Amino acid sequence: MNWKTSDGGWNPYLAGALLGVLAVVSVLATTRILGKTSYLGTSTTFVRAAGLLERTASPDQVAANEYYTKEKVKVDWQFMLVCGVFLGAMISSLTDRSFKFEAVPPAWAERFGPSAVKRAGGAIVGGIIAMVGARMADGCPSGHGLSGMMQMSVSAFVALAMFFGFGVLVAHFVYRRRQQ
Amino acid sequence: MSTEQMLGLGTGIIFGFLLQKGRVLRFEKQIGAMLLKDMTIFKFMLSAILVGMVGILVLSQAGTISLSHKPMNVGAVLLGGALFGCGWAVMGYCPGTSIGALGEGRWHAFFAALGMILGAALYARLYPFFKATVLAWQDYGKIGLPEALGISPWAILPVFFAVVIAVFVWFEKKNL
Repeated sequence: MNWKTSDGGWNPYLAGALLGVLAVVSVLATTRILGKTSYLGTSTTFVRAAGLLERTASPDQVAANEYYTKEKVKVDWQFMLVCGVFLGAMISSLTDRSFKFEAVPPAWAERFGPSAVKRAGGAIVGGIIAMVGARMADGCPSGHGLSGMMQMSVSAFVALAMFFGFGVLVAHFVYRRRQQ
Repeated sequence: MSTEQMLGLGTGIIFGFLLQKGRVLRFEKQIGAMLLKDMTIFKFMLSAILVGMVGILVLSQAGTISLSHKPMNVGAVLLGGALFGCGWAVMGYCPGTSIGALGEGRWHAFFAALGMILGAALYARLYPFFKATVLAWQDYGKIGLPEALGISPWAILPVFFAVVIAVFVWFEKKNL
């Protein structure tokens, strides 16, 4: 087994194990420093981002919405965590020269052609469905998959099985047809 | 910036750095896992879970931190999980990886993030309906596997490790 992968990345077992260390240190740090235990997660931030954007157009509607009120529209710890993910990925990719502007993922182009508009449409539709699901399930692969599993939450085992089960099913239907 | 925001930003930078180094931000890796051809994201994720599970268990048993389970709401987790899986396959990203992919220049991920913001706004509108229907079916509350099975978490830990390591061995044998 190699420390580096053929595409210049780190061994995924090693990078993953380091993320496990970060997750534990982060739980400890939020508990000690902020007095409020926070686990890694990302999908609630999309609710807050939507609320912040909508608030610029119709503040009353956001204030009156039960779900926005429940999730609290503000730039909190998790919101900044998500901003950090963007920066961290940028720093890592620029320093190891894997940063690349890409309009259409190669694997998508292989199946659906090089149209950036088609890809954007697929990403938007997929994104809407995925986020409605993530909010309903109260978590995504970070909140359920990483944080929930680490805590041995029952909901995490079930959610992850559903995520992956349906992901496999739909991916085979969407990406495999033409190759056979 | 408040201390809370700075801590979040710092943690996120390392999180994004590791996601990028693990090469799990690629559309190809996400779809590769769903087509059962490339298990990089599972090697990465399960390794994080193994290490995290030990750390969280030790700290929570010592009383240093508290657990924060998400509720086992049957309708929410089953239907929501299924919807997420469908969207994930089409989009090729999950929420965190879409933002990371944007950071490594894959700007098509912007549309994935845009779709998810729209999805969140839609969910905020549909919430009263879901609350009265799907979310109201059956809720077992915030439970962990140890309480649900009535066994010690220290007994679950080695079993989980054994299963995951067997899966890793299988991945390597099959070159996934």
